[in-house]
Amino acid sequence: MRLIAAMSGGVDSAVAAALAVEAGHDVTGVHLALSPDRQTLRSGARGCCSVEDAHDARRVADSLGIPFYVWDLADRFREDVVEDFVAEYSAGRTPNPCLRCNEKIKFAAVLDRARALGFDAVVTGHHARLADGELRRSVDAAKDQSYVLGVLRAEQLAGAVFPLGSMTKERVRELAAERGYAVATKPDSHDICFISDGDTRGFLARRLGEQPGPVVDAATGATVGTHEGAYGFTIGQRRGLGVVTGDQRPRYVLGIEPVSRTVTIGTAEQGEVHEVRTGAPTWTGAVPELPFGAAVQLRAHGTPVTCEVSAAEDGGLRIALGSRQRGVAPGQSAVLYEPDAERGDRVLGQAAILRAG
Amino acid sequence: MTYLDHAATTPMLPSALAAMTEQLARVGNASSLHASGREARRVAEQSREGLAAALGARPSEVLFTAGGTEGDNLAVKGLYWARRTADQGRRRIVASPAEHHAVLDSVEWLEKHDGAEVTWLHVEPSGAITAAALADALGDGRDVAVASVMWANNEIGAVSDLAALAAVAHEVGVPLHTDAVQAIGQLPVDFAASGVDALTMTGHKLGGPMGAGALLLRRDAECTPLLHGGGQERDVRSGTLDVAAIVGLAAATRAAVDDRVERAARVSALRDRLVAGVVARVPDAQLNGPPLDDVVAGGPGRLPGNAHLSFPGAEGDALLMLLDARGIECSTGSACSAGVARPSHVLLAAGADPARARSSLRFTLGHTSTDADVDALLEVIGPVVERARRAGSR
Repeated sequence: MRLIAAMSGGVDSAVAAALAVEAGHDVTGVHLALSPDRQTLRSGARGCCSVEDAHDARRVADSLGIPFYVWDLADRFREDVVEDFVAEYSAGRTPNPCLRCNEKIKFAAVLDRARALGFDAVVTGHHARLADGELRRSVDAAKDQSYVLGVLRAEQLAGAVFPLGSMTKERVRELAAERGYAVATKPDSHDICFISDGDTRGFLARRLGEQPGPVVDAATGATVGTHEGAYGFTIGQRRGLGVVTGDQRPRYVLGIEPVSRTVTIGTAEQGEVHEVRTGAPTWTGAVPELPFGAAVQLRAHGTPVTCEVSAAEDGGLRIALGSRQRGVAPGQSAVLYEPDAERGDRVLGQAAILRAG
Repeated sequence: MTYLDHAATTPMLPSALAAMTEQLARVGNASSLHASGREARRVAEQSREGLAAALGARPSEVLFTAGGTEGDNLAVKGLYWARRTADQGRRRIVASPAEHHAVLDSVEWLEKHDGAEVTWLHVEPSGAITAAALADALGDGRDVAVASVMWANNEIGAVSDLAALAAVAHEVGVPLHTDAVQAIGQLPVDFAASGVDALTMTGHKLGGPMGAGALLLRRDAECTPLLHGGGQERDVRSGTLDVAAIVGLAAATRAAVDDRVERAARVSALRDRLVAGVVARVPDAQLNGPPLDDVVAGGPGRLPGNAHLSFPGAEGDALLMLLDARGIECSTGSACSAGVARPSHVLLAAGADPARARSSLRFTLGHTSTDADVDALLEVIGPVVERARRAGSR
């Protein structure tokens, strides 16, 4: 196949590209310049991008002997990922920008461009298994990225190649070291890539400004404190609430109401939910017949829960949870899996969480 | 492989390669007093004289550098510093916005860090700078430290009349620097006759080695050094002379200048065929820069090997990638240090809209170019543009 290898400059995408080349594919490396953060990552008269990551990616491509280019997708990324991120927080929801990037950038803008230029698919360093159109969890449970890929539709998965799903991260680093790549020991990235200092609340404050509002105790209805902006909170959050309650029991964010800017807090028990309502779902393959039993994961790195999925009147899903869950945040995806211990849980599809109760 | 990127770098001339290789085997620091040093100095000075003669300069006006970027930095900053030191009222720099980044970024650095004020010159749609534009920007010249206008543009090949520009600058007492990196060996360049005060040239654009160049600096031009040390090169550019590279540079320059007329005729004929062939296959392709037969000051108004075309609806970097995959090497103009293709600042300065700038490719021919190179491009350009347009419309 003719493949575009999306090369971030990290170890995973380097090894994915190498494995694609070694498997005999015709591979062209592409580094995506995504950073809209001109302050920290762009400098000089021409407006440049994360130079070091591009260099690391180029080094690997050069040693593989494959062509390498940088594609400037900063405008698309800003529109589809960063602005969406800000708008979602502004609306009291908790977005997942990695999922949005896979949906709109890597397996949309990049895949479309690759196909138009005569390529068959995009190969990435995601930790997930993909065979016969079936997307499954990585063998490395700790590194599994099937959650942020759950939004991909069959047509997108048909243009994706994930060579790393059947190996651990440790093995990926070994393969990189065997090939002499300097990125073999490069640290994993954790933070949101467009918030280089890791301070999400600060980033949102710069974008949205101060929006003070009350912090209300769910049990009493009393205002127990104030905040600088509801966008700084996520359902289930415990730290940084800035309130002291008489009983010394920990309080968690239970709800965010963006219009009145009210942040409601309560005890862990008060935050427990047993049903999730979602927006319209997307499916990785054929549309399953509702209702059906499945496992659902409600946040990145969350533990899957058994559930019963049925259709809601509004075109969304009603997901009845097999056990009560805490910290279920609107805006996150409910990713549905068909459990399969042997071949890896299979991703069926996903839908954005609207509310939970 | 079809190499159509001679303006980026061109293969070394065999004579330069042989002369340089011979020197690489020798020992000797041209500043040493013993026999080995004297021999190295003899060879370096002979090269200086040869280079000077080829370019209409005096040997003492040749300062060897490590290439074009250094020459541009040294001239712009050095002339600015020296002129401002002599008169604190001279803080203005007049330059073309279509310059190479070695000039642009030097000017902007002085603006940001060293109190310079900048007046950017009006650029003609062809990319050239007129004497009237320079005169207008200089005014009475009393507050101007230095002016800089390139001899020929590296992206779209536009040639300016440096003799006319120098006359205008000197009328108001302002020294003029020119980046002639693309001009040497392509156009008739005579340093003394042009009247310019400083001229940057480099080896690897004309068949010499990389990392070797020269700044031609009039003897009466005051220039503050960037590099301090052993006092070589009139105390303006310290550093042990790279004798082998200097020999290669001088040999290549002499050969390129000696063969210029014959080679320019051959290369421009190839270039004309390339442009006509591309336009025949992609009828809405647009030529950027001056007309192919343009004349400036009695010589070519466009670099003989330069073809710069826009392909509406296609992205330059997609075109480059598709051509690269078919073994054809060209350029989109400039990329940032991360490798992102940028819309050409030259086209933007010449008044083109960003879409046109982004859809452009530069093909540059040189001494090794053949009809087969042009044929190879013409064979694939039609389908490549078609495919890039499909990708560009998304």
